[in-house]
Amino acid sequence: MSKQNPKDRLYSRDHEWIKDDGKGIVIVGITDYAQEMLTDIVFVDLPEIGRKVVAHATVAVVESVKSVSDIYAPVSGEVIDVNTRLEETPELINQDAFGEGWIVKMRLDDAGERKMLLSADDYDEMLKEEKS
Amino acid sequence: MKKTPLYEKHVILKAKIIDFGGWAMPVQYTNVIDEHKTTRSTASLFDICHMGEIEVKGPQALDLLQLVLTRNLADQTIGQVKLSALLNKEGGIIDDLTVYKMGENSYMLVTNAIPKDRDWQWIKLIQQDKHSDCTLEDISDRTGKLDLQGPRSEEILQKLTEANLKTLRFYHFCEAPVAGFPAIISRSGYTGEDGFEIYAASNVICEIWDKLMIAGSQSGLKPAGLGARDTLRLEAGMMLNGQDLDESVSPLEVPYSWIVDAHKEFIGKTALMARKNSGIGSKLVGIEMTGRGIARHGYKVLNGGKEIGIVTSGTFSPTLNKAIGLAFIDINFSTPGTEIAVVIRDTMTAAKIVKLPFYKRSK
Repeated sequence: MSKQNPKDRLYSRDHEWIKDDGKGIVIVGITDYAQEMLTDIVFVDLPEIGRKVVAHATVAVVESVKSVSDIYAPVSGEVIDVNTRLEETPELINQDAFGEGWIVKMRLDDAGERKMLLSADDYDEMLKEEKS
Repeated sequence: MKKTPLYEKHVILKAKIIDFGGWAMPVQYTNVIDEHKTTRSTASLFDICHMGEIEVKGPQALDLLQLVLTRNLADQTIGQVKLSALLNKEGGIIDDLTVYKMGENSYMLVTNAIPKDRDWQWIKLIQQDKHSDCTLEDISDRTGKLDLQGPRSEEILQKLTEANLKTLRFYHFCEAPVAGFPAIISRSGYTGEDGFEIYAASNVICEIWDKLMIAGSQSGLKPAGLGARDTLRLEAGMMLNGQDLDESVSPLEVPYSWIVDAHKEFIGKTALMARKNSGIGSKLVGIEMTGRGIARHGYKVLNGGKEIGIVTSGTFSPTLNKAIGLAFIDINFSTPGTEIAVVIRDTMTAAKIVKLPFYKRSK
């Protein structure tokens, strides 16, 4: 069973989350549901710091033993930090997708883009539909 | 999609089901790495009912098989298994299959799931053309197959059969009841571990599965899916038909070139010898990533910026903890140690050619 989706962040329909510090910086990761679908994550391809990405463009790549999955930026902005621990321990995403398994930090271009994202409740609803 | 007799069991076990060549098959029950490691350390049970079985019987059964298969079967003894290749007239591999000698004039061919019908039609065509005095029967639907693989396989299976498994040698089989049902027990597999391939009637295969799971519960036996089967076979340096090779590839270009016996006649031999004389251009080799990244099927292989081939299989090896693969490349770069690059998402990533297999069990 997936862990609860924390209410302190926003979600994309592609199963990424962002957590806002209120100063225009967001942490980006994938949801517990997503890591469960991917199963055993063995490799994470992280972007270079300074890279500019637009919303819905690939910002990182996560690989399990069997599959290669693009991680999309939920919002537009500049990559200002990456979780380098994932280079040696990619399984952190499996173990703690909402915490230690975060992927990148971004500086938002447009705070208004957050409106396109889902609340935890809406994301829960979407998962219910996806599973049924 | 076609379902094996064990399909409902996989669903109850909450396996992730995928379409494998038209078959609804379990790719994993828990996760690939766990299932892989369980096979290497303990034992795993695989549903392999999707594979094909064809019986060839009659006075000219051997003659027909000698003609259609690359391996010389003249010295094969009853109870022995031989790996061979079935070629088209151009020398390309239709299937890599195993031949079971059941008795004098009686054989069973075990084929890959996807090319099975193609194998059947091709062998049937040649049999009719040569008026070969033997019968061919596709017994795939009524034959179930389970692979019990891993170092503890023998102790588990021994609880369910009176056959003395200690004396059963690698690539040999016996016919003996398993859990009371008539079966063929073959000491062979597709994982690089000790283990058995068990054949029995498809209507009793579920019961044999259950009995094996119970017999193995103390030893740590678990079910494993096609995901682990793929990483296990790749570590053992074995090819996957349809992925690493197809009908454009000849046995001269793959790691098992020994399955061709040039001292006998077989279909495809003329073309094969012509290919050999004009020089083989490419070869299937093992690769290991030295840079960060995982090579995957279809990625390009470069040397000095020039394209020299393509990755046919690639994964993260759970046993070796590194990315490994098979690649079909220009033979001039096939020496182990040669440095190459694999193009991963537009980035040239360092890799090298290595000797196969990647993994060999300690005896």
